Amino acid sequence: MLELVTIFYSVFISTIDDVVPIALIIFATQYFIIRRPVANLHQVIFGFVLVTLGMAFFLVGLEEALFPLGEVMAKQLTDPDFLGVDESLKNVHWQSYIWVYLFAAAIGFATTLAEPALLAVAIKAQNVSGGTVSIWGLRTSVAIGVGLGIALGTYRIVTGTPLHYYIIAGYIIVIVQTVFAPKSIIALAYDSGGVTTSTVTVPLVAALGIGLAGTVPGRSELIDGFGLIAFASLFPMITVMGYAQIGHWKAMRDQRLQKN
Amino acid sequence: MLNNYLKQAFIILFSGFKDLLPIIVVVAFFQFIVLQQPIPNLANILIGLLMVSIGLTLFIKGLEIGLFPIGENLAYDFARKGSVFWLVIFAFALGFGTTIAEPALIAIADKAAFLAAKGNVIEANLDAQKAYANGLRMTVAISVGIAIVIGVIRIIRGWPIQYIIIGGYIGVVAITFFAPKEIIGIAYDSGGVTTSTITVPLVTALGVGLASSIRGRNPMIDGFGLIALASLTPMMFVMLYGIFI
Repeated sequence: MLELVTIFYSVFISTIDDVVPIALIIFATQYFIIRRPVANLHQVIFGFVLVTLGMAFFLVGLEEALFPLGEVMAKQLTDPDFLGVDESLKNVHWQSYIWVYLFAAAIGFATTLAEPALLAVAIKAQNVSGGTVSIWGLRTSVAIGVGLGIALGTYRIVTGTPLHYYIIAGYIIVIVQTVFAPKSIIALAYDSGGVTTSTVTVPLVAALGIGLAGTVPGRSELIDGFGLIAFASLFPMITVMGYAQIGHWKAMRDQRLQKN
Repeated sequence: MLNNYLKQAFIILFSGFKDLLPIIVVVAFFQFIVLQQPIPNLANILIGLLMVSIGLTLFIKGLEIGLFPIGENLAYDFARKGSVFWLVIFAFALGFGTTIAEPALIAIADKAAFLAAKGNVIEANLDAQKAYANGLRMTVAISVGIAIVIGVIRIIRGWPIQYIIIGGYIGVVAITFFAPKEIIGIAYDSGGVTTSTITVPLVTALGVGLASSIRGRNPMIDGFGLIALASLTPMMFVMLYGIFI
């Protein structure tokens, strides 16, 4: 217990280090450039305190509960003994790693739902869109995107195909969807690529990628280990635009049905 | 009265749990059914999950009463003041300042330096690694500052986001062909790690606030997109870093 308090204290201090520069930039701008007092100053300061405390709790909890377990699981799942892969082979069959893809998809989906930055954007999007984009709709479609992306990313590591082929193909899909998707979703969909991967997903996914590249015969950690986060930022754009397209298509269909 | 407090305490302790439920299910499934292992340190894990739940609840409350309102108010005030110069300075400071200290970026830069040394891209000593990691961090922070500046100017002018982003992608793809192979994965990843949990809500509030207070801008179409830009520029800049270092 005492150990936990010590960890919490040091994480809390380092979270303050993260928040203070941001708060300084904001308050300096407010007082020296805008030259106006902050409305509800006490409330805003209390909000910053809550955010800092919340982050500290969140990070300590992750480090205590999730990360050690996640890393051990990633290691066990990529272990050639568990998968029954013969390490002496030069080329492994991609199907031997089926549990790894499933784990990647499931953990990508689940951790994205707990990602606070995504929740923040979803709250804003629901407000601004007047409810057309719902908090859960956005979060689920982003989470599906991350799950798909990371699963495909682990497949790429196993097969050792070049990262940029996938990314370029993904970009082409994004461009085509941009042409057809409702205009109001485009900016939000692009944003959801960047918000998916912060506190929860990155450490777990990085552990999985580098662990996998280290155990698959013939892969280099340097060339093949990275790139999972890129997948996790690309696919949500596709699924979020898809979500809006499905919603749009349903609304059109309902309209047609009502007319008939 | 007491009932009310208890209710509040209950909300703070457990309302984040529904967000964690999928993680619990996934971990339990793989641990018990696939790997067939017991959960080590179950008590620690339960305490940890409770802390994550409390953290999420406090964080969201803090956003709603602190970060969202101040971000939006700043945007309104800038729009009213009409000073593009100061807005640009502020945008750069916000992007640079929030990225340079980002723990996820520090972690990935150190890892990149370690792997670069292992792959004989740089000398295999600690000084060279440190210099490489610091250079990488500085590069990413500058690129995020530039991204927020471009994004803010875009909102003011009402440029469509898709042209900028697609143009950026073409840039990324073009640079990829000249970049050393070792840096490509790291560069593509650096786009995802720059936007931290505290930056995202602030930058979103700023963009939406700006788009709402400038006449002729739609907060849904013009307000979002800053984060997308902040995830795009680091990819280009990190690859350029790899080409020139």
